Amino acid sequence: MIDRFWKARGVAVITALLLAVGCGGEGGGSDASGGGDSGPAASPVDAATAGHASGMVTFSGMAPANAEIDMSTEDVCAAKHSMTPTQETVVVGDGGGLANVFVYVKEGLESLDFPTPTQAVVLDQDGCEYTPHVLGVQTGQDYTLKNSDGILHNINASPTENRGFNVSQPVVMETNRSFPTAEIMVPLICNVHGWMNAYIGVVDHPYFSVTGPDGSASLQGLPPGDYVVEAWHELYGTLTQNITIVTGETAELSFEFNADMSAAHVPLGDPIDPMHPESHRTVDHQ
Amino acid sequence: MRIALPWPCDARVAAACLAVALSAVALVPTSVAAQVDGGALYVKWCAGCHGEDGTGNGVAANTMLPRPRDFTLALYQVRTTATGELPTDADILKVIDEGMPGSTMPGWEDVLTQQERLALVDHLKTFSRFFQGDAPEQLEFSSATRGTDEAIASGQEVYQSVECWRCHGQQGRGDGESAPTLEDDTGFPIFAADLTENWTFNGGGTVEEIYRVLRTGLDGTPMPTFSDIVDAGVITDEQLWGLAHYVRSLSPEETPEVREVVSARRITDGTVPETVGDEAWEAVEPIYVPLVGQIVVKPRWFNPRVGGVWVQALHDGQELALLVSWTDPSLSPDPTWADFAQRVIEIMGPGDEGAATAAGAPDQLVVQFPIALSDGMERPYFLQGDARRPTNTWTWRSDAPDAVESIARGLGTAVPQPDGEQHVTAVVQHAEGEWKVLFRRSLDTGGAEDLVLPVGQAVPMAFQAWDGDNGESGNQGAVSTWYFLFLEQPTPVSVYVAPPIVLVLTLLFGLLVVRQAQWEASGAGAGAALRLPRFRLTKAVERAFGMGVGLAWLGMAAAAYRSASLGWAAGHSDLGFWWTVIAALMAIAGLGAMIGTFIHTQPRDEGR
Repeated sequence: MIDRFWKARGVAVITALLLAVGCGGEGGGSDASGGGDSGPAASPVDAATAGHASGMVTFSGMAPANAEIDMSTEDVCAAKHSMTPTQETVVVGDGGGLANVFVYVKEGLESLDFPTPTQAVVLDQDGCEYTPHVLGVQTGQDYTLKNSDGILHNINASPTENRGFNVSQPVVMETNRSFPTAEIMVPLICNVHGWMNAYIGVVDHPYFSVTGPDGSASLQGLPPGDYVVEAWHELYGTLTQNITIVTGETAELSFEFNADMSAAHVPLGDPIDPMHPESHRTVDHQ
Repeated sequence: MRIALPWPCDARVAAACLAVALSAVALVPTSVAAQVDGGALYVKWCAGCHGEDGTGNGVAANTMLPRPRDFTLALYQVRTTATGELPTDADILKVIDEGMPGSTMPGWEDVLTQQERLALVDHLKTFSRFFQGDAPEQLEFSSATRGTDEAIASGQEVYQSVECWRCHGQQGRGDGESAPTLEDDTGFPIFAADLTENWTFNGGGTVEEIYRVLRTGLDGTPMPTFSDIVDAGVITDEQLWGLAHYVRSLSPEETPEVREVVSARRITDGTVPETVGDEAWEAVEPIYVPLVGQIVVKPRWFNPRVGGVWVQALHDGQELALLVSWTDPSLSPDPTWADFAQRVIEIMGPGDEGAATAAGAPDQLVVQFPIALSDGMERPYFLQGDARRPTNTWTWRSDAPDAVESIARGLGTAVPQPDGEQHVTAVVQHAEGEWKVLFRRSLDTGGAEDLVLPVGQAVPMAFQAWDGDNGESGNQGAVSTWYFLFLEQPTPVSVYVAPPIVLVLTLLFGLLVVRQAQWEASGAGAGAALRLPRFRLTKAVERAFGMGVGLAWLGMAAAAYRSASLGWAAGHSDLGFWWTVIAALMAIAGLGAMIGTFIHTQPRDEGR
């Protein structure tokens, strides 16, 4: 009886929805984007009118020492390190550049749709470390999780805007995945090797850059206009800068993190620290 | 997505369409399910732990580890979908129905109606916007392979090659080298599953359920999916089934039943075993005694690590040997587990519990007995007695050389007996994530406050266990209710010799009677192989004699029945069974003799 009832109700609801959707769509006709056309779309940016932004992410003050990693139980990985490996929490180059900072255009590109790159980027697990430690991808773009160690790693991602996942790689192998939604930042960990962590910045445009130890960041080929650029660091949180792009010119980027910023909010789909729930890192809306 | 309709629709028509559509829904009578308010049910039954906002921070959540699910993350362990995918409605319903073993989540199948539980499924989905998208796609699962020895052996190889042991340990007891560092996606410490107790598996302990978890992973925990390595051809689907069979084979074939009595067989040739590895233990069936967190006396403990202990016992008439085994990944205090223990302590307390604040506690086991037996079923309070009825506790700690005998008048009040009155010894072994503690004590120590362990009588016995590296100490551990220890009766030789003798005698006597009857019936005994002297007796004497024989048989039947009862009671079911058969035969013979005598000594026979 219930079955029949549900069937009847289901049919009624579906009919109703079909009618509503079908009629509404035709009748309203207010779709602005009129998108839905797949295939390799061209960049909406005219290279002839574009400008650039580049500059430095620097660190001032005394950088904290990164925690040493004990890999003594993991011969394969220990053999890949000539010196005692450490965490990559705060990596400062000789010239004062701060590495592993994700620099990206936060505001100013909302009206543009960018094609999804077909080339995958690689996140390698090598010597029981993620290389690179911070990675940027576009929404929908494949990234390749690669195990170069040939011992068991698992890749456990805990995003909040996207769906998390947890895959195992017990041998040398590769797995491709992608995130459909922009998110700053997605943390990845390996539960087998508790010290292994990485962050993926997911944005819906190609204007992002991850700094190396020289601290340089570069955003090439931006259409003229005003933008908010944000620099994200896993410990020190974010800094933002307003820039104006003029055709053919290069706007200067300059971010300076310092040791006193460690209490900053770090935008992250980061787990709540059960010990210190008040320290829950939240997105720093401005 | 837009669906083209075969008739023209403009804005005016659209309104009409909508009206028709709405009336189509309205025509459907209000359903029973619609009357069930999932939100109200949630507040009533779920919010206490999961919080009204679904974040898993209900008022009771602070006492729980693992914490209640945060529904706003839409991360579900038990699914039939790929890692990173949402669960199906049926997946959510399964957990509501069956609960999550190894956590505080109970099953609701017997508490709420199907409609109520379905309404809850719908309500849980409102906590995350992820459920507003397309329905998740179920993975396709192949059919189970047969759990042959070959399949299990191939699974064992896969267990090694895909390195399950890194977390679960070589014997599957959750003692792998990565185990102390594990945490769930919300940052809480989490144990690698003890694969030797499949009744505690998240998502179920059957081969099919284990395979499913290998395919889907347990999202939100460190347990990853192994689908990718099948897709990549690293192992075959058949090998993954083999792994499921192997994991299943690490647990007992049947979930252990809770039995009240631990029987100690009596050893007649020699003395009780003095080591945990003695082969005598292989012949002794282990009895499972479940433990639960001590939640009566503050500080309470809602996160017990030891879910149960296996108990075996033997005695030799002079001494009792009690072997207790349980899973514990570490020999506490183990420095590699110190962080884990500290985090558990900080998460679970102190609150109003006044919990201990430092890690580094040892593992402990307490076996407790009353100090004297009462005639009835009266037993001391199960938490180490009280002032009126104290208990005699045998305490073993991983940081002390030997067991300590104490008298306790309530939890935490144990007072060790003086040096001269310590009669319990303990031999221990910690290997592959398992403790084995062997207690030995004389049945009669002569001590004034020591219970004389009587043979042939059930003695109350209870257990308590602590895992120091899980932050357990003091009152914060796992406890059992009272069970019984039964020292089996010594078995006299006559028990084994008497039944065959009686059987043979019964047969011979029966033959004799039959022969006598045949001889009488055939006249002067022509052709009879066995000639028996013929007595001429009067009917009255014959009747008396026959009835006497019958009564004698019944008497012997009664004696046999008594032997049968003794046999059963002493745990010798084989003896009990055969004595029962003999008693039945004798009873039939006795009744037969009496009825036969009665018929054949009727007065009308006189005329013949």
